[in-house]
Parts: sequence; C-alpha cells; structure tokens
Amino acid sequence: MTITEKLLARASGKSKLSPDDVVFAKVDKVMMHDVSGPGVIKVFDELEKKGIKLEHIWDPDKVWITEDHFVPAADRISAENIITLSKWSKKYGIRKHFKYGLGQYGICHTLSHEEAMVLPGEVYVGGDSHTNTTGAIGAFAAGLGHTDIAYVLMTGQTWFKVPETLMFRLNGKKPDYVMAKDIILTIIGDIGTDGANYKTMQFSGDVIEHLEMEERLTLTNMTTEAGAKNGIIEPDAITDLYMRERTNAEYTHTVGDVDAEYSEIFSYEIDKIEPVVAKPFSPANISAVRELQEIEIDKAYIGSCTGAKLEDLRLSAKVLKGKKVKIRTEILPAAQSIYIKALKEGLIDIFTKAGAVVGPPTCGACCGAHMGVLGKNEICISTTNRNFPGRMGHVESKTYLASPLVVAASAITGKITDPRDI
Amino acid sequence: MKGRAHKYEKPNIDTDVIIPGPYLKIHEHKELAKHAMEGIDPDFPKKVSPGDLLLAGSNFGCGSSREHAPIALSVCGIKAILAPSFARIFYRNAIDGGYLLPIEIEESTMNKISDKDELEVDLEHNKITNLTKNEVYFMKPFPELIAKIVDAGGLMNFKFDKER
Ligand code: SF4
Repeated sequence: MTITEKLLARASGKSKLSPDDVVFAKVDKVMMHDVSGPGVIKVFDELEKKGIKLEHIWDPDKVWITEDHFVPAADRISAENIITLSKWSKKYGIRKHFKYGLGQYGICHTLSHEEAMVLPGEVYVGGDSHTNTTGAIGAFAAGLGHTDIAYVLMTGQTWFKVPETLMFRLNGKKPDYVMAKDIILTIIGDIGTDGANYKTMQFSGDVIEHLEMEERLTLTNMTTEAGAKNGIIEPDAITDLYMRERTNAEYTHTVGDVDAEYSEIFSYEIDKIEPVVAKPFSPANISAVRELQEIEIDKAYIGSCTGAKLEDLRLSAKVLKGKKVKIRTEILPAAQSIYIKALKEGLIDIFTKAGAVVGPPTCGACCGAHMGVLGKNEICISTTNRNFPGRMGHVESKTYLASPLVVAASAITGKITDPRDI
Repeated sequence: MKGRAHKYEKPNIDTDVIIPGPYLKIHEHKELAKHAMEGIDPDFPKKVSPGDLLLAGSNFGCGSSREHAPIALSVCGIKAILAPSFARIFYRNAIDGGYLLPIEIEESTMNKISDKDELEVDLEHNKITNLTKNEVYFMKPFPELIAKIVDAGGLMNFKFDKER
C-alpha cells in the first residue's frame, strides 16, 4: 500500500485498502475558519430547526479554529461572523482558537504546521480546499465543505473514496533561483487543472530528500490546483527536525510499501526547470518568465499560505535589499509568528525601506476578500495559488502566479522579471 | 426529475465564478442564490426556473471548498448538474449537503444536448431522456455508499435515518 492507503486503512480499521474503495474513516484533527466555521454553524442551526440539537461535539481537543479570511474584520458582516464563531467555540469548549489580534494567529494552513496542530501519520480534514498543504509533513490532509465538517464534529468520522496515487519523482539538483513554486506550476502546466482530480499527488526523489519543509509545503499546497484529493510526502529526518522545533508530541512515521502501486509515475529532471509564471486565468497556463519580460504590471503581492512563509519572505528580502520597488507592493506574512521572526531578522526593515507596505497576516486579497483587491484591468503578480477570473478582485483584473523571487524581482522593475536578471 | 437544461460548456468553471469571494461572508442561502454564476452570467438566477438542470464542461466546481457554490445553485432552482467530471469537493458538497445532484455524463452526451432542451433524469435506471430531441443517454451510476446518501437526501439525513 502507498502511504495514503495505509493512513486511510488505519483510520478505517481495515488491513488493506485499494483505490476506489469507499470507507468511513476516523479523523484525528479538524479545522475550520471564519468562512467555513459560520457555514458549519449554519448547518447545525438548520438541524436544530428539525429538532436535532448539538449537545456537545465529538472531541473539542481535536478541533481548532482560525480567523484568517476576512480579518482584520473587513466590514460589519465579517465582524459578526467572527463573533458568531467565537461564541460557538467557547460554548463547545474549543481551546485552540487562534484569534486575530490576540497573540499567535494567521492563515489556517500556515498555523497547521507552524503550531504543529497536525502530526505526521494523522488523518486531518479542514474546511478549506488548501488543507492539502499539511500533507507535506506526512499526514493525510484533505479539504471538505460545511456539511462534511459538521458531520465530523458530531461523529469524529467522514467517508472517503480511496484515491489512486500519482507519484512525482523529482530528481537532479534544483538550480539557483528556482523554487518549489516553479516546480509545482510546471507540473500543473503539464497535467492540467484536473490532472489529479480525485487522486493523490505524492512527491519523492533526491530533490525532495534535500528540500526543506517550507518548500515542501508549497508543493502540497498547490496540489489542490491540479484537483488532487491530497498531496503527500513521506516523513523523514527533515520532517522530524521541523516538528521537533515545534512540538514534543509523540508520532510515528508511516511510509509506503516498497511494492506500493502507483497509477502513474512522473519523472522530472529538476536541473531543467526554470522560473515560470501561470498567466491569467488558470494555474495551468504556464510560461517561462523570460518569455514574458515585456509585460507591465501594476502591483506585486507577496502573501498567502502558498507564498508568505518565513523562507518566502527571506528570499523576497534578498532580492529587495537596498532596492526600491517601482510598483505598488504588498507583503503580508502568513502568521504572526512569521511576522515576528521577519521583524527580528530585519526583513520588515528591508521591505519598508524598499517602499513596500507590510500588512497583517490575512487571506485578504488572495481570495478577493479585502485589503488590496484588484480593480478593473489591474494586473498583479502574486505568490498566491489561484488566478481564476475575479479571484483577486474584479473579473477583468489579471493575476500572474509566481514564486516569491519572481514577484520580488518584478516589483523592482515593474515588469515580469526573472530573478536571475536582477 | 424533469427540467430545462442551461448549457455552459466551458471546462473548469470554478467556484470563484459560481459564487465570487466577496460573498463568502454571506451565509443566508437566499442571498447567495442572487449571485449564482455571477462570474460567467450575471443574469443566470433570472433565467432559472425551479427544477431546471445545468449542463457544464468538465471539472465543474474546481477551486475552493466553499459550500456556498452548490447552495447558491440549488436555491436558485437547479436540481442537478450534468458534466463530464466534477471537482471533488464540489461533488461531495453537492451530495452530502443534499443540495443537488452532480451527474457524470460522457463528453459526447454533453455535445448532443442543446441549451434549453427539456430533459428527464431517471436515477433508478441511470438514464437521461432528451424530451426535446427524443434521444436517450446514459449517466454514470453513483457508487453504492454515495447512492445511499443521495437517496437519503444528504449526509445528515443518512445519519439520522440510520439511527431512527
Ligand atoms: S491564503 Fe488564499 S489560498 Fe490560502 S487559505 Fe487564504 S484564501 Fe485560501
């Protein structure tokens, strides 16, 4: 069995599982945020109207909550959603509620690893499509909707159709200035936005063996853009190093069998990969950065669960150090802990001296919610993960997706720019 | 189940198009329905009569996990979506919430059906009849467990029916 099959087998009490089996599985952790949370509460409200009252939830210690999409409260409705969520989490005894403006808080998929909310080997579901991100630590992590999360909160279980696994072997040496973002965009460009629909995307190979955790997280984060049910990387020494800096909790390593079956194996020579962008309006619409050098842009955005982790900020700062930005540039660290580290390392100083604005951790403009949304015809280059029509604002705005290095380089020139040319 | 088809054959119609980001903070179902498909056709809610069907290209509903998407479509009147494939979270939200049915059909079937054709869906025999054109097509049957959830009218009914 593959790692994904093993984790689902353990959770469903089966000794063997194969793709397409449908099982009910026990969930180890569940997350919801200020968009999905009120949606889940609405499901409970509807049930109550039918005479079914939620007395208590299955296990308050396995539930955690974030405020990230519409914070700082974007308007009155957002503020009220946050109040609703706070009251609910207090009523049901949830201790891990990361509140905006109250110590550590940030984007759900960032807190998931920063706070070690999920451990290797666990089955984790979240009320957000990029829950896949957390698979980088060797957990099964998948996104669900409101009704499904409500069901997990009541029963501690959910159903899964066991996915086939697509194996991506990344070999060779990663060239300088190429980031995990370039690798995953290249892969999505090859397989398409439904190339992994209902399936698992697993990553291995010597590039992975040396890739640090935050970069691994970029790979699994964007498996969602290929339609994958989950993205996963088997845990190893890099995983342990990362986890041990954050938690003392016990966990074990689960890895696939040597004779595990993969429905397809893709091999990539990473030496040949170069900085790329995804053009509007699809994450699969890939071009090499150097082919698009003349395209002028209005705004650079360094933010989100994909592209505002500490390493993303460090590399952006390397490019921006001692330079001035030529276009509006917004930088939003993905969590308060990352903001603090960036401050200590002098990164915030570099950003503000370069002329960029540094904002609080929030999903904000990544999902077109608030704090820097795009107007009609505005063109943005962004470290986020989606560029569908209207994703970051007006339906006629345009977003180019790229690595933090490419976005920082482009911020300096005002045109789409290869960081190797700076 | 009988209704008129509204055809949007573009593949990859995503959740940002079905219900744009700014409406995510809204949880009133009727309010969401006013904005269904706003990113592709702002007049969509006005065109739909209760019981109508949506005919769409492959990978319908890709993007976010927002349950707002099947809610908006169902509350504005859509009972089922016929498409060659669906994004997985959209698919399970549609079924588990009991909002509408995501029905998988062949790409060639999609090409045979025209906008405004009157269709009849027969879940028992996995058959779709085009009453306008007098043609019959097949739909992919639901896997066993999913069929049970569909029969119950969603995951919660499935759970509480079982317990009763
Ligand atoms: S940062 Fe963007 S992609 Fe990540 S959780 Fe927030 S809205 Fe979703």
